[in-house]
Amino acid sequence: MAGTTRPEGALALGAGDRLTAREGLARQLDYWWTVHRRTWRGGVVSSFVAPLFYVVAMGVLLGGFVDAGPDRLEGATSYLAFVVPGLVAAHVMQVAVGETTYPVMGGIKWQKTYWAQVATPLSVRDVVNGQLAFAVSKVASASAVFLLVLAPFGVFGSWWGPLLAWLGLVLLGAAFAAGVMAFSVRVRNEQSFGLVHRLGVVPLTLFSGAFFPVANLGPVLEWVARATPLWHGVSLTRMLCLDVVDWPLALLHVLVLAAVAAVGWRLAVTGLERRMAV
Amino acid sequence: MISARGLRKSFGDFEAVRGIDVEVARGETFGFLGPNGAGKSSTMRMVAAVSPVSGGELRILGMDPAVDGPAIRSRLGVCPQEDTLDNELNVFDNLYVYGRYFGIPRAEVRDRAEQLLEFVQLTEKRRARVEDLSGGMKRRLTIARSLVSSPELLLLDEPTTGLDPQARHVLWEQLYRLKHAGVTLVLTTHYMDEAEQLCDRLVVMDKGRIVAEGSPQQLIREHSTREVAELRFGIGENERIAEKVADVGTRLEVLPDRLLVYSDDGEEVLARVHERGLTPQAVLVRRSTLEDVFLALTGRSLVD
Repeated sequence: MAGTTRPEGALALGAGDRLTAREGLARQLDYWWTVHRRTWRGGVVSSFVAPLFYVVAMGVLLGGFVDAGPDRLEGATSYLAFVVPGLVAAHVMQVAVGETTYPVMGGIKWQKTYWAQVATPLSVRDVVNGQLAFAVSKVASASAVFLLVLAPFGVFGSWWGPLLAWLGLVLLGAAFAAGVMAFSVRVRNEQSFGLVHRLGVVPLTLFSGAFFPVANLGPVLEWVARATPLWHGVSLTRMLCLDVVDWPLALLHVLVLAAVAAVGWRLAVTGLERRMAV
Repeated sequence: MISARGLRKSFGDFEAVRGIDVEVARGETFGFLGPNGAGKSSTMRMVAAVSPVSGGELRILGMDPAVDGPAIRSRLGVCPQEDTLDNELNVFDNLYVYGRYFGIPRAEVRDRAEQLLEFVQLTEKRRARVEDLSGGMKRRLTIARSLVSSPELLLLDEPTTGLDPQARHVLWEQLYRLKHAGVTLVLTTHYMDEAEQLCDRLVVMDKGRIVAEGSPQQLIREHSTREVAELRFGIGENERIAEKVADVGTRLEVLPDRLLVYSDDGEEVLARVHERGLTPQAVLVRRSTLEDVFLALTGRSLVD
């Protein structure tokens, strides 16, 4: 109890030791479980119900007016089959952004959970890993449910495609979570997040090939769209879901998303280290 | 436990800590006394191995915070100035979650959390949300949280600032008990009574520098007289009368609302003042405190 010193070698780290990334995450499990317990209900609506409205409205109802064949829909036999991978990819981006904007500001400014965490053996790197792991777990569960619910609609070209697509979606979520967190740890107030939505999330959702093939944008804008991480995610998800895989292109998508995730993670760690070095 | 040589901290052009030397030995209660902005909290954050050192040398438990941060933090308890309790969690979960950050096994954290709630008298509040606690309870919970890892060294940054007198006394009593249990305590405060009550040894800080060091009694002996006579002649009058009593004691301080006459015998000062035909509206003879030490060293009061 209070006052007794720790028995030799029990839990104290030795000089120069730091926690392994895995140990750092394991020690935060109980904390993130409490966060999950109090937020999952709200997440059900935004993660599962809202996207289904989109599928019905855009895929089924609006899609009923779209009369185009596989040659104009990147291999999809219906607009519904075309738009579903786009919708799930865009949704993954939104979940990832949602988990790494306000919650990150909360950790720094409002709840100050990060300050409590770095007073313990956890380091800033562990704090970033925890926040990102939680964001990615949300992305993983949201996209899994999304794909499962849509399976009976006959929009997938194979049984294994959506499984691989799911892994791609998790990677897409990691890329956005890390990249946006790198931004969030640097901004001073939450007004900047409005900018992320207006100049980031909305245009990306509309113009990154989720709702129509980017070839329709004209040559210049098409290449702009192809440079965005969301397009790589949409394209990867779509080719896997429709079973029209261009493997070299798929590999490129994976590499781009992995690079964005890695650079974003690095910048999130350095940014938060600087922010908390007061 | 702590050894600092020429320790500095700067934020851009601003130097918060301007080269301080500090040694803290195992088992002692050590204080940083000074007004707001003296550099106490910046020093504490460096000692807590969360804020990088800008210059000089710092060793905590024999280790360098720049490379051994996690190892140092695994053996420290930190009670920050600003509460970093999680408002979304209840009282018990705040302790539990925090203990898990230290890698303490789940069952053990639960036991310790219960014991600590008992220690800080919050057992009945274990299911309460942090938001619903009073300021004193929050601070006690923060102290309980800082003890969940059974630290060898406990850092307390302004532990009783903002608390009412009763809550302060409850907290002091708990800190006493920790001290007697052998925990090394390092605290910052701008309350001289707190420093006098708790600290074996302290440094007085002002504008990022250490201006004096010693035990409370030592400091008072070296920098002040045994007693102080406080004389109130009414607003505006004090300045005018100051010159008439300049030589009745060893030293005179003129404050806006009163005159402080330093002497080893306060009653004698009063007698001399009356001899000169002066009748203050109110008088008080008291022992010198650390407040007087600070006034003597810097010409300013601790609490503005």
